[in-house]
Order: sequence, then C-alpha cells, then structure tokens
Amino acid sequence: MEETGGVKLLGFWVSPFAQRVKWALKLKGIQYEYTEEDIYNKSPLVSKLNPVYGKVPVLVHNGKPISESIIILEYIDEVWKQAPLLPQDPYERAQARFWAKFAEEKVRQSVWEAVCSSGEEKQKAVKSAVEAFEEFEKELKRRGTKFFGGETIGFVDIVAGCISYQLAVHEEVGSIKILDSSKFPAISEWIKNFLNHPLINEGLPQKDQMFAYFSKRSKEIASRKMSHKTA
Amino acid sequence: MDNEVKLHGFWPSPFVYRVIWALKLKGIEYDYIEEDLANKSELLLRYNPVYEKVPVLVHAGKPISESLVILEYIEEVWPHNPLLPKDPYERSVARFWINFATDKGRSAVRSLFWGGGDGKKEAAEQMFDLLKIIEEQALGDKKFFGGNSINMVDLIFAWFACWIQPMEQLVGIKVLEPSRLPSLHAWVKNFKEEPIIKENLPDPERLLAYYTRLTSNLVSKPT
Repeated sequence: MEETGGVKLLGFWVSPFAQRVKWALKLKGIQYEYTEEDIYNKSPLVSKLNPVYGKVPVLVHNGKPISESIIILEYIDEVWKQAPLLPQDPYERAQARFWAKFAEEKVRQSVWEAVCSSGEEKQKAVKSAVEAFEEFEKELKRRGTKFFGGETIGFVDIVAGCISYQLAVHEEVGSIKILDSSKFPAISEWIKNFLNHPLINEGLPQKDQMFAYFSKRSKEIASRKMSHKTA
Repeated sequence: MDNEVKLHGFWPSPFVYRVIWALKLKGIEYDYIEEDLANKSELLLRYNPVYEKVPVLVHAGKPISESLVILEYIEEVWPHNPLLPKDPYERSVARFWINFATDKGRSAVRSLFWGGGDGKKEAAEQMFDLLKIIEEQALGDKKFFGGNSINMVDLIFAWFACWIQPMEQLVGIKVLEPSRLPSLHAWVKNFKEEPIIKENLPDPERLLAYYTRLTSNLVSKPT
C-alpha cells in the first residue's frame, strides 16, 4: 500500500463507475492492481480510503486515495499525459465536461430511475430518459465523429460508456424501451464502435450475471421506496 | 468582439455569484446581462438550449453553461490568482469537496426548505451532520477551504455564507449555529469580509423577500 508509483483500484464487478476508471487506465496503458470489493460486505479498507462515502471506485496512487469516478478520470488525465481523454483546447474541454455531466446526471441516472420505479413515476422517468437520449443523439450527430472525443475515445465516451453494455440489460430488468435504433441511429452506431474497441470490450461483466444483479437490486430499491411511502 | 467576456445571470442565484466572484478575483472584465427567468432572452435559449439556465459565460462569442464547468474554464484560460491547487492530488481533493457540496447539499436543502412540516426537524439534523463533516474534514483549522486564501471550494460553499440565512428565517430553524459549528461560522464571517466578496454580495433583505415570495407561491416542490 505504501510503495511509490503503485496504482491500485478498488472496485465492484458490476459498477459502471469502477468500469469508467478501468477503461481510462487501460487506454493509457497504466499498470494497476485491482481489488474486488463486495459492496454488501465492505472491507475496512474502503472506509479507510473513502471515509466520507464508503464507496468504490477508489484509486490509490502513491498511497493517496482518490474517489468519485469523474474526479478520478480528471486525475488520471492530469498525471498520465499519454492518450489524453480531455481535449487540449479550453473551450472544447468545457464542452466535454458539460456533456460528461449530462451523460452522468441525465442519461445514466434517468435510466436507472426508470428501472427502479413503477406506475406514474416510471412513466415520468422513461420520458426524461428518452429526452436525454434525444439531446445526446443531437450532439453526436452535430459532431459527426466516430466518438464524442473525435476519432479516438475520450472523456465523454468513457463517462457515457456504461450504457453501451448495461442499457440493454436495464431495459430488460425494468421492462422499458429507450434505445430504439431507428430513432437513435447515431447513438446505436456509437455503441457499436465503442464496444468494438478491444480494450473497452475486454473483461466486461456477463449479461446474465448483470441481469440477476440488477433485478435483485432494483427490487430492493423499489421496495425501500414503497416502505417510505407507506411509513 | 475578440476576447469579450459576457455573463448571463439572475441576481438571487448562488450559481451565478460563483462565476462573478471567480471573474472578479482574477480581475477579468466582463459585461453582465440580467436575465428574467420568467421571460428568458432569445440569446440565453440559443446559448444554453439543453438546460435554458443561468449562469452562461460567453467568451469571444462562445457560450459555456453549468457553473462548475464555467469555473474550470475560467481557471484554465486565466490561470493567474489560481482557484485550484497545482498538485493533481490536491486538485482531486478540492473537486471532491465541490462535488460533495453539490451532491449532498442540494438534496439536504431540498428536504429542509421544500419538504413537509414534520420532517423539517429531522432534515435540519441531517443538514447539521453534513455541515459537521464539511467543518471537520474539508475546512479543519484553515481560515478558508483554500487555505490562507479563497479558492473554488470556498466559492461553492458560499451558499452557506449568504443563502442559508434567509432560508433559516423562512423555516424558523437555525442550522448554522455558532456553538455547534464554530469553525464554519468563523469561515462565513471571514468569507464575507474578504474585499472582493464583500463588494459583491446579494442584498440579504432582497434575498429574503425573494425566497418568501417563492415559497408562498409554491403548492408543490419546485422543479
């Protein structure tokens, strides 16, 4: 834990947040040691390294911990200059940060909310998710490039990337349909290109395992919501 | 037009103030355009089609939205009088607290000020727990979150310096009590006395009137 220069990542196999960090490290060719944390039975290490949230991912570099996936990505990009994730130009960097925030808050979150809710709430969440996808589609079309980052994968691609391998599973678990490929051709093409990259596709969790996990998790969240309502 | 800086804002917004302070702390000249959010300008809708919100910074004709994104942009384009540490690890710590305030602060404020009557005491205690973490772990024994001088973390936490008071008055619960949060209370005083901040603060009475109107007009939670 104290060795200088060592890079360690604490993660959880199905966490889209941990996956973002893995992708960034792999794309930059950074050697790291991975530790799987059972988030339902956390080791004391997680509380020690992330006392405020007690969550993964946590990146440990030179013995110092960094948490929150997007903050970790910024750190990685600042320390290791090869294969840059953010553009060089400040205005383009601002656009990348804006769309990364959008991808996290409006795209990823709204899909998960739709999965975990029911009735009117679910309908509202699906509507929000579709609207978010429409904005994302518009922006991808406007850029006209293979990835958000241009011809190579960048910051926004990595943050939004979880939808490439988890959206279909979420749709199945939540009995919802968001990504109609005829309605979202640019996003569908982007997903194809993204998953085609060997470093992106490598080691992704199995579909059936994700289905089992998200089914269980969404039911837990849904029942918690119900008990809050009736309490 | 070349390097002109314009800021579209709304006077009660703490998000707008963050940008005002950043520009002033770095001595950047800019034109301010007050937006009527009930009647948004064509320009605002064109500059921020995704959210249609303020603040929007326009630099050399190019718009940037979302206050945190704007602050990072300002820091990169005008690196003098830095608002973030130079060291990548220290920067990640600053960003962590900025994210914490944004993430946890937003939901805490919502529960406390827009939530139902009975839940208010509990919400106030939850807000206090949050502030205690901020006081002990983010501020510590420093004068400012940035150390001896104000940095981006201070600008984000400034909500507690100026906007919490009218809210406390409206709800009738004091959250930022000097005896319970002594360091944070001292920070509020220090922050508001910094010359550039002092000259650029919203009028507390006007703010109270605004939030009073807002809460009395509401039947349900604001979007």
